[in-house]
Amino acid sequence: MNKISDDINKDLKDQPKFSEDIGSKNQEHHTFEQGEQSILKKIQHFLHGNPTIVPVIILILSVIAFGFIAGGRFFSAFNLSLIVQQVTIVGILAAAQTLIILTAGIDLSVAAMMVLASVFMGKLSVEMGMPTLPAIAVGFISGIATGAFNGLLVTRLRLPPFIVTLGTWNIFFALVIFFTGSQSIRSSDIEVNAPLLHFWGERINLGGFVFTYGAFLMIAIFIFLWFLLNKTAWGRHVYAIGDDKEAAELSGIRTDRMLVSIYAVAGLVVAIGAWVSIGRVGSVSPTSFYEGNLDSITAVVIGGTSLFGGRGTIIGSLFGALIVGVFSSGLSIAGLDVLWQRFALGCLIIIAVGIDQWIRKVSN
Amino acid sequence: MDKKGFKLMEPVLVAKNLSKKYGTVVALESADLELYPGEVLGVIGDNGAGKSTLIKVLCGAVIPDSGEILLDGKKVTFTSPIEARTLGIETVYQNLALSPALSITDNMFLGREIRQKGFIGKFLRFLDQKAMAEEARKRLSDLGLLTIQNINQLVETLSGGQRQGVAVARATSFGTKVVIMDEPTAALGVKESRRVLELIGEVRARGIPIILISHNMPHVFEVADRIHIHRLGTRLCVIDPKKYEMSDAVAFMTGAKAAPVSN
Repeated sequence: MNKISDDINKDLKDQPKFSEDIGSKNQEHHTFEQGEQSILKKIQHFLHGNPTIVPVIILILSVIAFGFIAGGRFFSAFNLSLIVQQVTIVGILAAAQTLIILTAGIDLSVAAMMVLASVFMGKLSVEMGMPTLPAIAVGFISGIATGAFNGLLVTRLRLPPFIVTLGTWNIFFALVIFFTGSQSIRSSDIEVNAPLLHFWGERINLGGFVFTYGAFLMIAIFIFLWFLLNKTAWGRHVYAIGDDKEAAELSGIRTDRMLVSIYAVAGLVVAIGAWVSIGRVGSVSPTSFYEGNLDSITAVVIGGTSLFGGRGTIIGSLFGALIVGVFSSGLSIAGLDVLWQRFALGCLIIIAVGIDQWIRKVSN
Repeated sequence: MDKKGFKLMEPVLVAKNLSKKYGTVVALESADLELYPGEVLGVIGDNGAGKSTLIKVLCGAVIPDSGEILLDGKKVTFTSPIEARTLGIETVYQNLALSPALSITDNMFLGREIRQKGFIGKFLRFLDQKAMAEEARKRLSDLGLLTIQNINQLVETLSGGQRQGVAVARATSFGTKVVIMDEPTAALGVKESRRVLELIGEVRARGIPIILISHNMPHVFEVADRIHIHRLGTRLCVIDPKKYEMSDAVAFMTGAKAAPVSN
C-alpha cells in the first residue's frame, strides 16, 4: 500500500502528459497479460473485430463462382449493374432494418410501412390533386409516424418487437388495402400527374453500366447512416442499447426515448425507400413487396449483423443485399429453377447466423 | 472513535434514518451511514441484512420510504441512478454496466460524450473522438492502467480485472464526490482481485471516498479504514479493522457476539 501511495503522491504533483505516459512508472503495476492464442482463435478474434469481412469475402467468392458457372453473361456490365438496380429497394429496407436489429429488435413491418407511404404519395398526388412534393412529404411523415408507432408500442407496452411488428405489419397492410381499395395506381397516370414520383427510376449509362438514380440514393443512405452510427452520440447509443440495455440505462442513456427515435429514423429511411420504389416499379401496387420484410432481414443477417443486437455494421447490410442479388442473378443465369435460388438463400442465412454465433463466443 | 481524526472532518455523505419496506418485509429500519473524506468505508452484513437495499438507496436505484441523505452537508433527493450520478455519486455495479461490444473510450463516455464544437457537435451530436480517446487514455494512466494498449479496443476483449479498471476509471472521471463499489472482486481471480484492491487504494489516494460492499472479509479488512456492519436492516456498529479480528466482525454480523458500543 505504501508503495502505491508514494507513487500517487508523485503522480498528483506531476500528472504525466499523454505523450509521456508510455513507458512511465505507471506501467509497473497493473500489468494484465494476454494469453497465447491458437490460429483458429486468432481468426475468431479478427472476425469479431471486423464483422464486415465475412460478407465481403462471401460477396467476392460468390461473384467469382458465378463468373465461372454462368460465364460472361453474368459478368457483363449490364448484368452487374442490373443486380445493383434490383437490390435497391431491399437494400434501403435493409438499411432501416439494420438500425432496428442493432437494438436487438426486429421489424417485420418495414415493407408494409413502405407500401403505405408510397400509397400516400401516389394517392394524394395522382388522384387527389395535391402537388407532388407535399404528397411526398406526407409519405415521409407516414413513414416516421408508423416507425415511431412501432417504437412506442415496444417501449410503452414493453412488448417484444417481434410481436409488435407482426401486429403492425398486418395493420399497415390492412390500411394499404383500405386506402387503395386494392386498386393499383397505374404507372401511366403517375407519369402524367406526378412524374417526380418516378425520379429515382431514371437511368444513367456509365460505359455500359446502367444505374438508376435510386441506386445512388441507396448508397448515399448507407453512407449517411454509417456516419450517424459511428460518429455521433446517437449512433453509439444505438449500439449500447442493443449490447446491454440495462448498462445503457445506468450510463445515463434514456433508452426508451432513444428506441422511439431509432424506430422513427428507420421509418423515415423506409419512406425514402417508398419514393424510390415508385420509380423502380413504375406503379403503386398495394400487394407489392410482400416479401420485402423477410428479404430485408435476410440481407442484414447475411451482412453480419447479429440478431442479438449491438454487433454489426450498416455497410455489411449493403453487402448482404448485394450477396442476395448476386445469388439470384447468378443462379437464374445459370438456368437454375427459382426454387433452388430460395434453397441457396436459405442455406446462406443459416450459415451466416452460424458464423455469427461462433464469432460471438469470443466474448466469453 | 479512531485515530485518524475523521471526526474532525465533516462527512461527505450522510444517511439518516433511512427506512424501506417491501410489503411487510422491512429491508431498512432507521439506518444511518456516514462517509468521511478520503476514506474507504467497508459495508458488510449477512445476507438479508439490508445492505444491498442501503446501497441501492444511496446510489438512487431505490427510493426510501423515509429518511434523508446529505451530500456535502446539503440534503439531496434523487429518483434514479442518473440523478445520483449528476450529483457526484458514482456507482461501480457488480455487473459493471459496461457495453462489451463498444470500445473502452465509448464506454467511458457513454451518455456523457464529448461533442465537436459548434453546430455539428451541438445539433448533430457529432463526437470529438480524438479528444475522447485522449481523455480516456489519461484517465486510465492516472489509475496506472496504461497497459491497455489500444484505447479503441472493445471492452469484451478485456479481462475481468481490466473491465473493472475501465468501470472504475469511468466512475472517477466526472467530478465525482463519492464512489460506491458493489462486490468489485466477486467475479475475479486472486491476481486480478489484488489489482482491483490496489485500484481502490489509488482512488482513495486521489481523495475520492469509497463505499465498498463486499462479502470477502479479507479484502474488506485489507483496504477499509472503517467497517460499517449492517444487521437486521440497520447499522449495528462501525469498527476499526485494526482493532478487531475478522472473526469478531463475523460474530457481530451474525449476532453471535454483542456489538461493541459505538459512540
